[in-house]
Amino acid sequence: MSTVVQDPRTIETPNYLNAEYGWRSWLFTKDHKRIAVLYIISITVMFFLGGIFAGLIRLELLTPQGDMVNSDTYNKFFTMHGIVMVFFFLIPSIPATLGNFFVPMMIGAKDLAFPRINLLSWYIYIAGAIFALAAIVMGGVDTGWTFYTPFSSTFSNTFVITAAVGVFIAGFSSILTGLNFIVTIHKMRAPGMTWGRLPLFVWANYATSLIQVLGTPVVAITLALVGLERAFHIGIFDPAIGGDPILFQHMFWFYSHPAVYIMILPGMGVISELVTCFSRKSVFGYPFVAASSIGIAVIGFLVWGHHMFVTGMSMYASLYFSLLSFLVAVPSAIKIFNWTATMFRGSISFDTPMLYAFGFIGLFTIGGLTGLFLATLATDVHLTDTYFVVAHFHYVMVGGMVLAYMGGMHFWWPKITGRMYPEGWAKFSALLVFAGFNLTFFPQFITGYLGQPRRYHAYAPEFQVFNVLSTAGATILGLGYIIPFIYFMWSLKYGPMAGNNPWKAKGLEWETTSPPPTYNFEKTPVVTEEAYAYAAHKEEHVG
Amino acid sequence: MEQQFDSSTLGMWVFLLTEIMFFGGMFCAYMIYRSMYPGAFASTSLHMEPFWGATNTAVLIVSSLSMALAVRAARLGQQKMLQLMLVVTIFFGLCFLGVKAIEYHQHWVDYKVPISVPGLGSHWDYSNTDKFPNQAQYAKQAQILFCFYFFMTGFHAVHMIVGVGLMLTILVMARKGTFSPSYFTPVEVSGLYWHFVDIVWIWLFPLLYLIGRTKSLI
Amino acid sequence: MHSVPSVRTYVLIWLTLTIMTFVTFYVAQIDLGGWNVVVALCIAFFKMMLVILFFMNVKSDSPLTKLFAGAGFFWMILLLGQVAIDYISRNWMPMGKMW
Repeated sequence: MSTVVQDPRTIETPNYLNAEYGWRSWLFTKDHKRIAVLYIISITVMFFLGGIFAGLIRLELLTPQGDMVNSDTYNKFFTMHGIVMVFFFLIPSIPATLGNFFVPMMIGAKDLAFPRINLLSWYIYIAGAIFALAAIVMGGVDTGWTFYTPFSSTFSNTFVITAAVGVFIAGFSSILTGLNFIVTIHKMRAPGMTWGRLPLFVWANYATSLIQVLGTPVVAITLALVGLERAFHIGIFDPAIGGDPILFQHMFWFYSHPAVYIMILPGMGVISELVTCFSRKSVFGYPFVAASSIGIAVIGFLVWGHHMFVTGMSMYASLYFSLLSFLVAVPSAIKIFNWTATMFRGSISFDTPMLYAFGFIGLFTIGGLTGLFLATLATDVHLTDTYFVVAHFHYVMVGGMVLAYMGGMHFWWPKITGRMYPEGWAKFSALLVFAGFNLTFFPQFITGYLGQPRRYHAYAPEFQVFNVLSTAGATILGLGYIIPFIYFMWSLKYGPMAGNNPWKAKGLEWETTSPPPTYNFEKTPVVTEEAYAYAAHKEEHVG
Repeated sequence: MEQQFDSSTLGMWVFLLTEIMFFGGMFCAYMIYRSMYPGAFASTSLHMEPFWGATNTAVLIVSSLSMALAVRAARLGQQKMLQLMLVVTIFFGLCFLGVKAIEYHQHWVDYKVPISVPGLGSHWDYSNTDKFPNQAQYAKQAQILFCFYFFMTGFHAVHMIVGVGLMLTILVMARKGTFSPSYFTPVEVSGLYWHFVDIVWIWLFPLLYLIGRTKSLI
Repeated sequence: MHSVPSVRTYVLIWLTLTIMTFVTFYVAQIDLGGWNVVVALCIAFFKMMLVILFFMNVKSDSPLTKLFAGAGFFWMILLLGQVAIDYISRNWMPMGKMW
């Protein structure tokens, strides 16, 4: 400590960021918070890469003719967009970043159960990403992120194995993160932190971890079989020698449908945190929201056939999967109702995280309801493989998950970095994201219903107006993502100090300094109150 | 310490869950093809030697016994017994791999390897012979089924190799006196892994070697 | 920690497993038609349970461990069972007929 008077804005108490310096302290860290930061950087890079491919797609689709690139190249665009966004952004996103950072803190623990496995998880993610990037750089993959056979196993001339290896490796990262969370949440809760007092964000990550652990190995073996088929020219999924492409789809979607719940559940956990804090009210129906996370995780494994209604799967299996797909909507709806009821008679403030939460609730509802059209056998025959499906999943993935991620980042940024972002710019960007998103994807519901097929680089001329609107929306949406990136970076150096609890939120993570110390808590906390014990408005009876 | 033991064993169980699903995927595909092609399946199962399969099953079961005894010895602080049982487990694990090598070699000699081995190419011939005068009609599907045989036993063998490596590591740690009645977590956790690999084989044996042998070729 | 089973228990389990291996080997030589599959899989299931309950000590483990062990097996059944629903029911209805 020097005797020179320092700018008070640069005095910082010991925290996880200044505990050690140098690249070795980051690349060999065991601190879950530093690993979370490593992940934040990595997935942001992958997000912008995936976004570039999205931009290329929308650029081609400005005109009905396939005039910018040929169809093979266009196939590579949407394949790489899907692979990067699904496996390298959405699947890890909240668990590996906000989950890694806050699940231990929220339960009052010093770290995860297996800190070194946590670091290994990040390295494995990077290894997988390198393979994916290699596939892109060498010339790309054109099978779609779904790798349908026999095109992917026999006929495609692109770098399928490289990409599949990348996804396979990234899967292990996902599995290890899930494993770590499960053991941590079971075994490392602080005294008094019963299951019934856990923040819903923890419940959500727990449910997500269950899916990661149970589902990912199946896609691993499926992609391994495709890779082996390609490498050794044997026909596992090749009909020419008796293989069954439908079997591939069964095995692929056994994971990939639950995967979409891996992607959305943590986002729902974030929304629970945001809605309670910015309504200053305890969540309505805590047991139901917690149970619905587990319900989504379990039922999510019983519905995958709804991706295969038109493939030649038996009608009876289709009936089964359709019925269960309706059932899986119920727990999601429970959450929406409960968040709304939480806000009722709450004291609502419109800070940026809450704006994202509002956006989530509205857009996820639209996405979820349109999913029911696709779960219905009769309408799905008409809508499948059209832009209706594309719009549906972007409403839940982007309108839902990405908005939740943005909301969570804004909510916890002060805790992670100790700095506040500029609220004016943040609100503006949130509105840009909302407006840009709807402009991009709502027209796609219309064109999909009217018959525009997905994964085509050309379309009938009568759809052009909608596509132009969509591309315009994409530009605005992109701006809505770039601006936060800029002001978040800016805030690291110039943002005002946040203080321990700028939102006056409840939760163990807010009882530490911002940024938190390396070991999270001076003494292991003892928990005596329920989650979301906001004093102002308890649940009141109407009238 | 107890919490660490509990955490580690729960962690290993969660990992085994992922392994169940990994092998489960292969079992699923195998089950579908077996039911789609009963004739080809009966034909391919005649090329397996149940004697070697049964031997390997017995070998693995003994190794599971020695593994369980090793964990028991670790719990009770019986250092010599622990090391002895680990050596026995490793020995039987290697026996298993040896038998598998014999089987794979036999399949190679019999031209029943549909996969291209790097450097050697493939050795596949399913035409009719004196001993198997009706098999040529199943050649295409037999290729798929043999692929699954090699993948399933191959992935299993890889897990065995990892298991043997694990046991060697545990043995080295045991010789250094790392374990005591208050700390034997790595032994316990490796034991769970070893038993799991045994369980996978308990299912592979009947599915690949025993079922379908008695069906007359259609 | 939980109780340590005796050497005798372990050896008895091992003996049972080995005997079951012989049984399944010899039964497979006899043609029982469709029952071959049932017998073989039942024996395999029984052997697996012995390994899980005794060698892996799940019998004296916490309910949580039992839950996870059971969940793994159950989830594999979910995979096999639901895929099977498709293949089993594909030929239930003649093509082209209204129901």
